[in-house]
Amino acid sequence: MTERITKSMAKNIYYGGGMFALLIFIALTFDTVQQIPKRSNEGQMTPSVVAGKALWEKNDCVGCHTIVGEGAYYAPELMNVFDRRGAGDEMGFKAYMQGWMAAQPLNEPGRRKMPQFNLTPAEVDNLSDFLIWTSKINANDWPPTIEG
Amino acid sequence: MKYTSQMVAKPYFIFALILLAGEILFGILMGIQYLYGDFLFPLIPFNVLRMVHTNLLIVMILFGFMGATYYLIPEEAERELWSPKLAIVTFWVFVVAGVATILGYLFVPYATLTELTFNNLLPTMGREFLEQPLPTKVGIVLVVVSYLINVMMTVLKGRRTVITTVLITGLVGLAVFFLFAFYVPDNLVMDKFLWWFTVHLWVEATWELIMGAILAFVLIKVTGVDREHIDKWLYLIIAMTMVSGILGTGHHFFYMGAPEYWLWIGSISSAVEPLPFFLMILFAFSMSRDRKIQHDNEIALTWAKGTAVMSFLGAGVWGFMHTLAPINYYTHGTQLTAAHGHLSFYGAYIMVIFTVISYAMPILRGRPHGNCAKAQSLELKSFWMMNIGMVGLTLALTAAGIVQIMDLRVGTDLVGFMDSLESTRTIYFTRLGFGVLVFAGLLTYFASFFVKEEA
Repeated sequence: MTERITKSMAKNIYYGGGMFALLIFIALTFDTVQQIPKRSNEGQMTPSVVAGKALWEKNDCVGCHTIVGEGAYYAPELMNVFDRRGAGDEMGFKAYMQGWMAAQPLNEPGRRKMPQFNLTPAEVDNLSDFLIWTSKINANDWPPTIEG
Repeated sequence: MKYTSQMVAKPYFIFALILLAGEILFGILMGIQYLYGDFLFPLIPFNVLRMVHTNLLIVMILFGFMGATYYLIPEEAERELWSPKLAIVTFWVFVVAGVATILGYLFVPYATLTELTFNNLLPTMGREFLEQPLPTKVGIVLVVVSYLINVMMTVLKGRRTVITTVLITGLVGLAVFFLFAFYVPDNLVMDKFLWWFTVHLWVEATWELIMGAILAFVLIKVTGVDREHIDKWLYLIIAMTMVSGILGTGHHFFYMGAPEYWLWIGSISSAVEPLPFFLMILFAFSMSRDRKIQHDNEIALTWAKGTAVMSFLGAGVWGFMHTLAPINYYTHGTQLTAAHGHLSFYGAYIMVIFTVISYAMPILRGRPHGNCAKAQSLELKSFWMMNIGMVGLTLALTAAGIVQIMDLRVGTDLVGFMDSLESTRTIYFTRLGFGVLVFAGLLTYFASFFVKEEA
């Protein structure tokens, strides 16, 4: 099939096709950027949520966990941890998180370990607020279950 | 070697290979920690091992690309490199920055590292693959810019070929898209959306241009096929790369908070993504069949063909496996992604670097006809060890991903993440075994450098 295609045709497909794809991509990027605040409930992004995200990054949580399906695969997904461990109860989830973060690393030989990050109770609350906010993102019905 | 300035490629190649050894070694350590959670804990937690593993990979590929460029640009442009001195200075700056960063990861707790490196002034750290402290990120920009200037000045004053144009397009894209690494929005969804502009548009667009250019260069040299013919193939391959790869970014926007239309756009475009890799197979094998010369460096051609096949498997087949939105709904964020990541990075980028090193290194060492038969046969052994090892560990990770999906995401009788690990233990042992085989293959490859030439 390639005998019928000349070098200049191939060159035109490259420049034309590449430009076309790039323009559509840029247009859709603008639209997506406009839609994200609504889909992620940006209005509910309190200072505590923002502080929680900064702590998430500062401690490289994504180096073991996934969040909204991205990250490492060493430890559980955390977009649905609020539904999994808090069952929709914010106060209950925050109390659980205080206990959980303080208990690390668990003394269970052979089990994968989470380090002790020495966060203050206020910082753990920030992290909880961040995870609660994350659980409400409209990610097209993902994750499939509260375990996944 | 036609131009003395091509010699600057040598330290880049050697250092890339050293980094690769480190990368695989840390991969093996992670493989052990996967099975024994107490291994190296709390000395080196998993996230640190992983950071070292992935960052070494990225830097190794950049060193490889730079070495390849410095080797091929003078020959393509038909003149000496604009500034060999700058290339050597850049090399040392990059080495020092890279080594300091890795030592920082290993010996300073990450949270402390963020404080020491002014992350509070401009937060950029703690995102997958872009964990580097701010000074390192700035260093990468400086290194890449000086490298780009050097390459462009050489080409501007010399002969322009399709290979140099494609290569430079890829390099400029690499530099531009890295700038997104400096912007971290407070909104996690926006953050993820823009993060992919660096990550996806590097590995599934701009890097593919660089890879195509390197492969085309080596094929011209070892097959003697007419340049016009190779140029046409190169254009066709990168045309398909651009058409599928740019909008293919959409396959990362299915389930992370972006609008629904990406489900369609991402699925359709990325269904085409295997095509450029398939064309690469046709390209490498038909050039090899129609070759005009019988180059004594046979192993370089073997690597070139291997690159085409393995990148098709890793990026094409393993990518397609989970790129359609209804399937990705179940596979998103599982070991299946890790399987695809391993084989595609190896097949496309590490192998193209092996290809150019296998071709150029003997010449840089004063052996224009390639290494002796004995060295080449040892290198062929390492080729098979590494390929079999990578396919084996990819199959193991795929199996682990399938178990994970069935346990956590399908049906009503769900198993939690930590409990599901019990059923994948044997699989992770297998994965580790194949990882060790890859490392043994790399050591064999190193050994082939030290085979004495027959007098």
